[in-house]
Amino acid sequence: MTDDLTRLTAVDLAARIQAGEVSSVEVTQAHLDRIAEVDDRVHAFLHVSTERALNAARAVDEDVAAGRAPASPLAGVPLAMKDVVVTEGVPTTVGSRMLRDWVPPYDATVTTRLLQAGVVILGKTNMDEFAMGSSTENSFYGATHNPWDLDRVPGGSGGGSSAALAAFEAPLAIGTDTGGSIRQPGAVTGTVGVKPTYGGVSRYGLVAFSSSLDQAGPCARTVLDAALLHEVIGGHDPMDSTSIAEPVPAVVAAAREGMSGDLSGVRIGVVTDLAGGEGYQDGVLASFHAAVDTLRGLGAEVVDVRCPHFRYGLAAYYLIAPSECSSNLARFDAMRYGLRVGDGDGASAEDVMSATREAGFGAEVKRRIMIGTYALSSGYYDAYYGQAQKVRTLIRRDVESAFTSVDVLVSPTTPTTAFRLGERTGNPMSMYLADLCTIPASLAGIPAMSVPSGLAPDDNLPVGLQIMAPALREDRMYRIAAAYEVARDAAEGGPQIQRIPEWGVTVS
Amino acid sequence: MPNISRAEVAHLASLARLAVTEDELTLFAGQLDVILTSVASVGEVAADDIPPTTHAVPLVNVFREDAARPCLTQQQALSGAPAAEGGRFRVPRILGEAS
Repeated sequence: MTDDLTRLTAVDLAARIQAGEVSSVEVTQAHLDRIAEVDDRVHAFLHVSTERALNAARAVDEDVAAGRAPASPLAGVPLAMKDVVVTEGVPTTVGSRMLRDWVPPYDATVTTRLLQAGVVILGKTNMDEFAMGSSTENSFYGATHNPWDLDRVPGGSGGGSSAALAAFEAPLAIGTDTGGSIRQPGAVTGTVGVKPTYGGVSRYGLVAFSSSLDQAGPCARTVLDAALLHEVIGGHDPMDSTSIAEPVPAVVAAAREGMSGDLSGVRIGVVTDLAGGEGYQDGVLASFHAAVDTLRGLGAEVVDVRCPHFRYGLAAYYLIAPSECSSNLARFDAMRYGLRVGDGDGASAEDVMSATREAGFGAEVKRRIMIGTYALSSGYYDAYYGQAQKVRTLIRRDVESAFTSVDVLVSPTTPTTAFRLGERTGNPMSMYLADLCTIPASLAGIPAMSVPSGLAPDDNLPVGLQIMAPALREDRMYRIAAAYEVARDAAEGGPQIQRIPEWGVTVS
Repeated sequence: MPNISRAEVAHLASLARLAVTEDELTLFAGQLDVILTSVASVGEVAADDIPPTTHAVPLVNVFREDAARPCLTQQQALSGAPAAEGGRFRVPRILGEAS
């Protein structure tokens, strides 16, 4: 029954593996078979590590056979890794031509923790180049398709990870979120995506985009699965100077508590600045308001909250992130690793560097490098980068003020459902608007997650409910998300993800 | 407010070491103008007395013992090099013709 194994939760799979009902090799092979079956249409993966995955699975099976305690609650469970996380001996391209043939000589801390936990890494997932984008169309290696409708985007930048979950190619995935790259793909594919508190998960070994914002996090099909993965990858890392030296919040216990379905005593703030207006799809707002009603029905107290500076978040983000990217991506100089173009014939280092960066970077990366260069240049610095940093302070203050009266904040995760492939590629600003609701939490450094809130009544595509919590209070959002998920599934007569169309039929 | 010309794009590209093409100059001039005009809205906020935030969480210096730790071997460090020679990175000449 290999087909069934790909439909199970990570919690279920881990329990069955530990009980000896199924081996990790069987589970892993089922997912490899599923990838072989569907990934030519979904294109979630850039690289599949068949042998490595099966070897890791065998090691878990040997532990089980020998009666050894599991390395973690997720031992033997397969996972899809975003291709921004470096993996020793396994190609890491970041969706860019620049690193097409790069095989890293070391593991990221996230990678090390997953391997030590006995998690089976199936391969590397597609993404917008250098994590810059909201549709995965900026990948040098071609777009990923949304399993809910293959003509639509799976979100971005982590569209490969979100699509892998929705296509049942993996029960767990790793994403990274700079302005929404975990949450927005989660929303448009009907999966769960969590951006932890900035510094909650090590950035060591993540190819850097915007260092003051980048944050890795767990992706899954259920809240509890995400919580288990969060505890595996989270926690202090001496190799990352911005890593928080505090224990990982008890998110698994919080999710289990939430599953009891009682939210009495919880105060939830609806961010009115992110709940309507220009650009919001009616079906998204309808789904959001229904989700808020559900939370109220579970006993939560719901109030409206104003965050007046959130409206400037998009502008501040699209100055700060490009500025940091223009600095970070200076390392791609064609000297130590990656592509080199135009060497020889007396070309200077500068000639080679310029030719290489021209050939190695795609249009969106070039745009952002140039915007950052502009915003940081003398004469413009104060009006652009400096002012954006001040706006960042005001957004932080909005958030701090809001959390004096409520426990969490909620909003839609993104203003629309999945848009069509190609719909926004010609207009960068329209693409940026997909990050409208996710950016404030990124700028404030607080944790935020997207949990599926059913399908939009106007187009039958998934919508995400975003829950934001104070720094290091991930437990609050996991509890609320888990309670909501139980209520949603009860109302809909089963898990939302199982309502995904059985394509293969609908595809050309 | 921004009005980005092709010449300005060429200047930015040169600062950023991007050998952009003629077609890209035209494309990017229009797109950067739209983007920069939009993000200039941060200037609408009265923030003269507001301190900037560089990081969401306050950063402090992080120290560690000055002890030897495992690191990449020379072979590993060179494993991704576009060109290596004699156990070193081989790079193009640093100075251009005019230098």
